[in-house]
Amino acid sequence: MTTPNGDRSDRSPWNWLLIVPIILPLLPFLYNSDEPRLLGFPLFYWLQLAFIAVGVTGTTIVYQMTKRRR
Amino acid sequence: MDQHLTEIVIFTVLFLLVSGMGFVAARWRRPETLASLDEWGLGGRSFGSWITWFLVGGDLYTAYTFVAVPALLWGAGATGFFAVPYTIVVYPIVFLVLIRLWSVSHVHGFVTPADFVRARFGSPTLALLIAITGIVATMPYIALQLVGIEAVLKSMGVTGHLPIVIAFAILAAYTYQSGLRAPALIAFVKDTLIYVVILVAIIAIPAQLGGWDSIFDAAQAKFDATPAPGDGILLNGNNQLQYVTLALGSALALFLYPHSITGVLASKNRDVIKRNMSALPAYSLLLGLIALLGYMAIAAGVKPIVTEGKPDNNTIVPQLFDQMFPDWFTGVAYAAIGIGALVPAAIMSIAAANLFTRNIYREYLKPDASDADEARVSKIVSLLVKVGAVLCILFLDTGFSIDLQLIGGVIILQTLPAVALGLYTRWFHRGGLIVGWIAGMTSGMLLLYNIGNPATGKLHFAGSAFPLEKLGLDTTMTIYAGVLALAVNLAVAALGTVVARAAKVADGGDATRPDHYVADQGDPRVKDLDLTH
Repeated sequence: MTTPNGDRSDRSPWNWLLIVPIILPLLPFLYNSDEPRLLGFPLFYWLQLAFIAVGVTGTTIVYQMTKRRR
Repeated sequence: MDQHLTEIVIFTVLFLLVSGMGFVAARWRRPETLASLDEWGLGGRSFGSWITWFLVGGDLYTAYTFVAVPALLWGAGATGFFAVPYTIVVYPIVFLVLIRLWSVSHVHGFVTPADFVRARFGSPTLALLIAITGIVATMPYIALQLVGIEAVLKSMGVTGHLPIVIAFAILAAYTYQSGLRAPALIAFVKDTLIYVVILVAIIAIPAQLGGWDSIFDAAQAKFDATPAPGDGILLNGNNQLQYVTLALGSALALFLYPHSITGVLASKNRDVIKRNMSALPAYSLLLGLIALLGYMAIAAGVKPIVTEGKPDNNTIVPQLFDQMFPDWFTGVAYAAIGIGALVPAAIMSIAAANLFTRNIYREYLKPDASDADEARVSKIVSLLVKVGAVLCILFLDTGFSIDLQLIGGVIILQTLPAVALGLYTRWFHRGGLIVGWIAGMTSGMLLLYNIGNPATGKLHFAGSAFPLEKLGLDTTMTIYAGVLALAVNLAVAALGTVVARAAKVADGGDATRPDHYVADQGDPRVKDLDLTH
């Protein structure tokens, strides 16, 4: 059995971008504070919810940049 | 019960509606026959981005999560919010891993993670251990879905176990008939209902409670008034390490659960998975907002329902809805939670059944099983699994199921070296992985056994936060027991590998090739791979 494009791989420098949304939410000193509040939310809550956007951006960029040309 | 009549009627109508959908699902995207695991157990491996989004979202973010996470915030505050970092980091972590798993499973026709391990390491024993771990970790998870339904029923004044038994009997019947197509179709209704309910809740409830500022202030005031040292709307010096290790450990565990892998393998190509890694965090936002319902409950002065002298914190969210919403909408919200339990329960029972069929029945009982045999056995086992879950709830204390689920998270992590690292490297010796698994399981159990909670008087299995001082460290910090056990597992597996190589212990063969891990839809597949040789 052979695979047509034997040389293809998942390697790409863009993959390193995925590190950012993995590391950020695991650093409590960034967000473990009440002030500043945003719309009544303490920093602890709004910043962690904002990290969701960082995650989405990271995975979207990596997906778009590593798409295979058909 | 009378004052809940409107709620009960709406709940029942919606519940019956989705049950009907569950039976009809057998004809949805109809295959020639459902008599194979590819069709019954994986929906034909044909789901596109939208279906996968609803299916996997409905699978990972369970009814129990929606009830238990706000209950955690209600009870202890910030530590319960770990669910948010957990469900953020998981997607970038598994982004590259899952597409490799999908590809190699596509080429070889794998249905379970243990199938992969069997072929990769040439070890039926290791595959058996992986399969048993998966089944044991999944069973209490199914039982906990019943806890979600129970919380809602209690809030409607419905007591006794009969309604739950009926609900699960219906669920069992349509899963038996339609397989994975049933939860995939129902997930559309479930998730739509949940999104609507939560959107209304986060707009309407804070307005009635004087805004978010006063909600957080009320929560802070409650925690200030309690003697417990670990609570509050922020973390303290002792629980930060626990917070991040629990988030990370849970993220590493999530896609090792058989039911998550079932959802992934049911998608039709690699792009579907990649797109979903970007789209699934929408559920994380939802979960973050749902978590805050716990604080809203504090601000609204909601009290949990007390049965036999014990307050049931899981009733906090249903009670909040009952207090803040008109009856008809409370009914909709309850239905969302109730139906929300059905989707994951169905997928979990399918995943557990597939593990039994592929890695126990076919491996040890009937090596020449046909596709139809496999589907038949899986269907029957999926029924047995649900009966087991109902028995858990009927005869065991609910607290026991929660303990088991806690243990489940720790033990499923012990399959990481073989399943997740195995996708990248064949360095580990099968013997090393087996002794690593034994060491990880043993140390995980020991750690959990030694976690007590003085506040509740519970001496063992009282949580997952292991105090580091018990290891002789001079600190008051706690850490998630799962990651400690995983570290032991990895160290022993590596050591075992080196020893086994030095002693020239025979290693298994590897049936996979590097290009199998990057194959995509349309690439050639190994048909009828014979796992018995």
